[in-house]
Amino acid sequence: MGSSTQFLNIKDVSTAFKINGKYYDAISHINLEVHHDEILAIVGESGCGKSTLATTIMGLHDPAETKITGEVDFEGTNLLKLDEAGYNKFRGAKIGMIFQDPLSALNPLKRIEEQISEVMTYHTNFTAEQKHKRVLELLDQVGIVNPERTARQFPHELSGGMRQRVIIAIAIACKPDLIIADEPTTALDVTIQAQILDVLRDIQKENHAGIILITHDLGVVAETADRVAVMYAGQIVEEGTAEQIFNTPKHPYTRSLLRSMPQRDNENDDLYVIQGNIPSLQRMPHDGDRFAPRIPWVKDSEHEAEPTMHDIGDNHKVRCTCYKNFEFPDETGSVKL
Amino acid sequence: MWKTILRRVLIMIPEIIILSILVFLLAKAMPGDPFTGSINPKADPAQLHHLMKINGLYDPWYQQYWNWVVHLFHGNLGNSYQYQEPVTRLISSRAVNTLWLALFTTILTYCFALPMGLYAAKHEGKLPDSIIRVYTYVTYCIPFFVILVIGVWIFGYVLGWFPTTGSISSTANPGIQSIGSRFYHILLPGVLGALFGTVNVVQYLRSEVIDAKRSDYVRTARSKGVPEKDIYKHHIFRNSLLPIAAFAGYSITGLLNGSLFTETVFSYPGMGLLFINSISYRDYTVITALVLIYGILNLLGTLLSDIILSIVDPRIRIE
Repeated sequence: MGSSTQFLNIKDVSTAFKINGKYYDAISHINLEVHHDEILAIVGESGCGKSTLATTIMGLHDPAETKITGEVDFEGTNLLKLDEAGYNKFRGAKIGMIFQDPLSALNPLKRIEEQISEVMTYHTNFTAEQKHKRVLELLDQVGIVNPERTARQFPHELSGGMRQRVIIAIAIACKPDLIIADEPTTALDVTIQAQILDVLRDIQKENHAGIILITHDLGVVAETADRVAVMYAGQIVEEGTAEQIFNTPKHPYTRSLLRSMPQRDNENDDLYVIQGNIPSLQRMPHDGDRFAPRIPWVKDSEHEAEPTMHDIGDNHKVRCTCYKNFEFPDETGSVKL
Repeated sequence: MWKTILRRVLIMIPEIIILSILVFLLAKAMPGDPFTGSINPKADPAQLHHLMKINGLYDPWYQQYWNWVVHLFHGNLGNSYQYQEPVTRLISSRAVNTLWLALFTTILTYCFALPMGLYAAKHEGKLPDSIIRVYTYVTYCIPFFVILVIGVWIFGYVLGWFPTTGSISSTANPGIQSIGSRFYHILLPGVLGALFGTVNVVQYLRSEVIDAKRSDYVRTARSKGVPEKDIYKHHIFRNSLLPIAAFAGYSITGLLNGSLFTETVFSYPGMGLLFINSISYRDYTVITALVLIYGILNLLGTLLSDIILSIVDPRIRIE
């Protein structure tokens, strides 16, 4: 682990997609650090670039269709400079990825055992016997009751929750330092969600891994995350510990998100709805605060012309200055919550 | 898996029974009777009635059907009026010719189509892909017999590279020379048939591979660090071959339809040519037998498709 526990450093990363011959930023100038033994949650609504960030770290973009700039420093190696073969030494071995849809993320024609041991084929010198032993061990670790039986089954014979466990087993097979979980519980029902999150936490403790948990479910974040980065329109708008984000949210977007969460105490109230939509890639504004159109009551002078991240103490960072005097229109005077 | 196949075979039995009843009733519905044409026109109509009676033609249809089926199981399909020989012997000699041509066409089709489809999909949107796509569209738009006629004209008459009629040269000696001559005769129809047959397979395979390339499980494989070459080998290719495998059985149907054209244009003495000729001569016994055989072959084709699918796709097996 070394003296510093930080092992992943994302510096000024932008990913642009080619649409009709022109490049448009899906994420722009992302700076993030991930440490061992921590769960960093990335939250934001659909289309804000969360998954693009994940697939950028994994190098899963077709270079002919995308332009990626910046640096992804993984234990001293800039991943973005690697060729395909170099990247393959990291993928599966040092970085594991868990996907959103367990129903389609497994090859329908291969037995579970084959799909898990495939990772080890490329990253270890295990014999067939060692691989088999490890497969059973992994299935047991992710909470599958009858590993022998499941190993012989095909994906269609398993439930959604079991498939997601198998995908987690694949991701952790080589004990990676970094696990990227892209909406790992979205496709599952609530009881299974909790179990899957428990499995993730246990594995993290055991392997001292760092986890990037991508989700739009603030409940999941509150339950699991150590640190949180809030993304809006391809940028990080606020970053801090889970306590900072949930107890003293600053950025108007974070506050809007938290306000649009259902509360148990006032279930008769209408939920808060953020006005407008996230802009599409082609319509993304290039200067000014990207969230400004969705809080039209805030005066232009409150926004920065070129919003930057401000450290407001204890590593709590917020983009733009508009958070300082921000209030919801119905909040002026008395707080109605 | 054996359960699936057994079940599938059992389903076929009622299908064949229904098919045979239909074929039999259609034959019965045809005008005329088997004797009027072959006895003295001045003969006493009572004699004709007597003939009909002793041959069981006044029996109820189900009894006649039963007699027909019993004969069928003894390999007796009656005599051809045109050729004056047993239908079974007539068809079996032609069937061998059709079988060789069909087999050769099938093998060629897949030899052309699999690399073409895979290559086009791998280089999607690039020049080779466009060329292959233009080829498939153009070929698909031209009627099959036009391709055949143009092929015969260019390679048979103008260039004179290939024979244009028959299945074997009359001067070929038995042994290796006759095999060579047979092969020489099916070369041009086989290649032309394959050029036409590739179109469907190429298009299916291409779109399947493109789908698989973008599928979630291929992304999972990439995130495991599997090299691109192995991703194609272990994940994309096998999964894309599923529908192609299913298609292989059905393609028998296509070949039978195709053989009608190919054999007619090339005057190739197979089942297709026999069928066409029998229709023009109103050779009812032969037509009935061929319709039955074509029907059963179609059923076998779908059976073959289902068996192939149940072997390659675990989701279809019944436990």
